[in-house]
Amino acid sequence: MLPRFWRKIKYRYDLVGTYCENCGNYYYPPRNLCPTCRRRSDVKEVQLRGKGTVVSYTIIHDAPEEFKRQKPYVVALIKLDEGPIVTSQLICDPNEVKIGMRVKKAFRKYGEDGESGIIYYGTKFVPDES
Amino acid sequence: MRRVAIIGVGQSNFGELWDQSFRDIVLTAGIEALEDAGLEGKEIEAMFVGNMSGGRYLAQEHIAALIADYSGLSELHIPSTRVEAADASGGLALRQAYMAVASGMHDIVIAAGAEKVTDVGAELALDILSSGADREWEGFVGATLPALYAMIARLHMEKFGTKPEDLAMVSVKNHKNGALNPKAQSRREITLEMALNSPYVAEPLRLFDCAPISDGAAVVVLASEEVARKLTDTPVFISACCQASDYLALHSRKDMLTMNAVVHAARQAYKQAGIEPKDIDVAEVHDSFTIAEILAYEDLGFAKKGEGAKLIREGVTNLDGDIPVNPSGGLKACGHAVGATGIRQAVEITLQLRGDAGKRQVDAERGLALNIGGTGATAVVTIFSR
Amino acid sequence: MKVGIVSYGTYIPRYRIKVEEIARIWGENPETIKRGLGVYQKSVPDLDEDTATIAVEAAREAVARAGINPEEIGAVYVGSESHPYIVKPTATIVGEALGVGNEFFAADLEFACKAGTAGIQLCIGLVSSGMINYGLAIGADTSQGAPGDPLEYSASAGGAAYIIGNKGIIARILDTYSFTSDTPDFWRREGQPYPSHGGRFTGLPAYFRHVTSAAKGLMEKTGLKPSDFSYAVFHQPNGKFPSRAAKMLGFSSEQIKQGLVVPYIGNTYSGSSLLGLAAVLDVAKPGDRILLVSFGSGAGSDAFAIEVTDEIESLNRKPEVWEKIKGGVFVDYGMYVKLRRKIKVR
Repeated sequence: MLPRFWRKIKYRYDLVGTYCENCGNYYYPPRNLCPTCRRRSDVKEVQLRGKGTVVSYTIIHDAPEEFKRQKPYVVALIKLDEGPIVTSQLICDPNEVKIGMRVKKAFRKYGEDGESGIIYYGTKFVPDES
Repeated sequence: MRRVAIIGVGQSNFGELWDQSFRDIVLTAGIEALEDAGLEGKEIEAMFVGNMSGGRYLAQEHIAALIADYSGLSELHIPSTRVEAADASGGLALRQAYMAVASGMHDIVIAAGAEKVTDVGAELALDILSSGADREWEGFVGATLPALYAMIARLHMEKFGTKPEDLAMVSVKNHKNGALNPKAQSRREITLEMALNSPYVAEPLRLFDCAPISDGAAVVVLASEEVARKLTDTPVFISACCQASDYLALHSRKDMLTMNAVVHAARQAYKQAGIEPKDIDVAEVHDSFTIAEILAYEDLGFAKKGEGAKLIREGVTNLDGDIPVNPSGGLKACGHAVGATGIRQAVEITLQLRGDAGKRQVDAERGLALNIGGTGATAVVTIFSR
Repeated sequence: MKVGIVSYGTYIPRYRIKVEEIARIWGENPETIKRGLGVYQKSVPDLDEDTATIAVEAAREAVARAGINPEEIGAVYVGSESHPYIVKPTATIVGEALGVGNEFFAADLEFACKAGTAGIQLCIGLVSSGMINYGLAIGADTSQGAPGDPLEYSASAGGAAYIIGNKGIIARILDTYSFTSDTPDFWRREGQPYPSHGGRFTGLPAYFRHVTSAAKGLMEKTGLKPSDFSYAVFHQPNGKFPSRAAKMLGFSSEQIKQGLVVPYIGNTYSGSSLLGLAAVLDVAKPGDRILLVSFGSGAGSDAFAIEVTDEIESLNRKPEVWEKIKGGVFVDYGMYVKLRRKIKVR
């Protein structure tokens, strides 16, 4: 996973997405091509603010190997203020998650390639109390 | 385009088939289908195989060649092709086979689906199935396939008032039907209480909301109308076989509560067959998760968007209802043999239309099969008629 | 050239464990521990937190408050004794996560609990010489205490980040002075999961000798007396040492109170004195002078004489460190052991 993870470090560590100047749509995860405009895309990278609202969520009890220690953990669909919806872990007491709650980005570990492998960092979300 | 009919069907048992290898289960299904079609095997001109992940489940690629080999068809050097669209691989194989005959390219063709999942551990099996979602941006953050459907379920409950009981009722219905299906993985009925008290997998989905991932194989033999009429008195025609795609990740969809691939494929299929949703007498849909069946009622046009739960509450989709859905027991009771599911659905509808469905027989002239990949990025809708 | 602190940020993980809970497991008397150590509870990192994530969160807060373009940062130094990798720097992860770009000086530092202040000294040099405009120095740790060892009551997690520059200074660094010697009071050998220490030897010959020598050396150099300072922040391995050091030097308990965070979050090692400083900066007024003296085992102390400027009033200093200390979710020892990965799983 080494080069594959490295290629996207910038987009995972911070919410760097893409913006199509042709139609004004924001995309996160980033896209090389705007699906609305296709060949007429004019895609630029853009730093997203990292704030959004929970659209839906689940609490995972049956976890894959890499995430077993954390269970139960919350995965949510979060609509960023700029528009795109992102799938992410939400660091929150499972009893307190609500559809519509405001959240903000946080820099966390997503996992590692075994004990001797590299560490995967990325963006998760936490409740935004402000 | 010529008319195409199914002239033979075969299916292995579905489940945890410990003493059968991948090659074994494929053969079981294939031989049954050929016998059912009254063919020796040399008549087959081409084969299309749906298999999601031989590479990860078995460390074996080149599945199409493997199956042609073990079914004795390599002797005839027929073209054998594997197609993949996660758990819609079977539906894809059916459509490719249908196009091969409809176009006039071939007269007699096999569409097969097969998967052997129990040679790897359950956790790896789920991870492999979850590779039908977006690995980079869904899998990486720990969202499994059940987690994605769970988020759809929660949204459906929030927006339309669907209840956990509604989901449980889908499971109960399918288990009841499965009890009448000798080849189903689970042949015991369950109660609403059992479903509602089963442990959470990814809230709000519980164990009984999720179809098990199983071993299984299914085969159908397709022929042109002319050839079909020579070989059988009970051809079942494919009036339409349509396929559509949608954004891979759930978070990219235009409306997360509508599978646009299903809506698209269904619309095209109804048009091609010259019918409306209400003309369907029986349907096999993709209940990989109970919420998927509720969504299917809506996206196939059996119910308005948001009102899918009504159908299950009012028993409309029960075996004795107006439009029986998943008379076989669906993915939940039959077991979800990933790439084989799409073909298994075709087998069931064919049996139903022929009157060969035994204890779970319903009265039907027109049937529909819906096969979905991942969280809806691929959909295949097939309409069958007598 | 004027050099000073342009902005600062902090991060404390949200889990906490009480001294009573640890004492319960090891059959100790919690009241004795609390009286002896002056620590009541400590912070515990979550499974997905480590020195890098703490450093990034603290640094992001500092950058946001400063309102500068991260690409203007010319150097990143992360001081810790619990870097996630033994080989592969935390500084580059921080640089990437902040969007600093590719043109910056960077390195990881280790000097037990004073690696963070060592980073500040490096930035002072780089800024003063005109080599960079802004330097980012971070002290962060997720320190481990061996199960059943007294350190288990205090070894905690947290971090603070400081942007050093010559423009928009909220607190001027008047001078800095270090006292260093080869004193093996506390150490960890390569491959060992937990540190070892010299028991009572860590007191007078180590902590007190270096802290008081550095403080005295700085005050001599600058001609300042204890009464010239509104606040004093000393490294906080527990709640007792800083108070004793203060007394030894002639500072009052009032002067060290605001910066004494260890009773409620434990010893955040490289983050310790820097978090204390941040707690002081949260409330300091223009003209206030602050004495900061860190201590790193092995051993050495960095002393700083800091003078708050008018600019501090235009910095957003919320949420305050004491606010962050108050929030927290308590866990029991079993959960603590799972979070700190002290249990081996397959």
